[in-house]
Amino acid sequence: MAILLFRVDERLIHGQVVVGWGNELRPDTIAVVDDDLAESDWEQDLYRLGLVEGMHAVFETVADAMDHLDGWIADSSRTVLLTRDITTMLRLAGAGQLRGREVNIGGLHYASGRDAVLPYVYLDADQRDALSALLDHGADVSAQDLPGGRRVRAERLLRGGEE
Amino acid sequence: MSDSGLRGIVVAHGAMAGGLVDAVQSIAGIEEGVLVAVSNRGLSPQALADRVRDAANGHSSIVFTDLPSGSCGSAARMLIRNTSGVGVVCGVNLAMLLDFVTHRHLSVDELLERLVTKARDSIQSVAAPAPQHGDPAVQG
Repeated sequence: MAILLFRVDERLIHGQVVVGWGNELRPDTIAVVDDDLAESDWEQDLYRLGLVEGMHAVFETVADAMDHLDGWIADSSRTVLLTRDITTMLRLAGAGQLRGREVNIGGLHYASGRDAVLPYVYLDADQRDALSALLDHGADVSAQDLPGGRRVRAERLLRGGEE
Repeated sequence: MSDSGLRGIVVAHGAMAGGLVDAVQSIAGIEEGVLVAVSNRGLSPQALADRVRDAANGHSSIVFTDLPSGSCGSAARMLIRNTSGVGVVCGVNLAMLLDFVTHRHLSVDELLERLVTKARDSIQSVAAPAPQHGDPAVQG
């Protein structure tokens, strides 16, 4: 499998992804799936500043990513796929391509209307609904900020987090 | 802050910004508001960008970030895209901040170049001196 990690992280390309997961997984490609970013060259340049040697980034709309997903999974590149929210990951799962695949919730931080579930996961009603729907699509969803961190299953996130 | 000098905003991961501002305070005894610490801990990208903008609060400012990229670097770069009178310096260190608090009457453009030079000059490697004849360390 050439997609090593499906991750929801609103910071997208940043230290935890590039250094934390990067050292563990050694990806050569960061695929950012985001309709707004796919149309914004200056923001793409901003995120590319965070890459390290040997990595490159692609920025795609959800529609384009759905077309390319099977190819990314089949080809020889080592890819980390990022979305900034669960809703976008759910759209990507719409064609059933995430069934049985692990999806990592890596960072959804405080914002107005969100409740704390973990120190790095805050959810509002829309994100909870999207998380439930992602499970319904057969994805294996859990929260884990870094490779050495504790993995918290989505079912527990929906019950309110750590026990 | 009672004068018209530039404001400094230190944006960094974890407790780094607060630690740097505390160190400057202990060395230089700065007035409140001259240097403002902002941590990215627990903040979404938008919340962090809002926090940095609020810290500037319309003042001409230098934003110091720990890294050129990531959430801190991005928040600073987004601020200067939409705000005049603000400069960004990445790779903050203590020497840089000490120079800032003593030269913040300069313009943003003058300071940007100066601060990078000062910070680079402060990064030095120091090798152990070569053993000298008669040094107790080289005697049996």
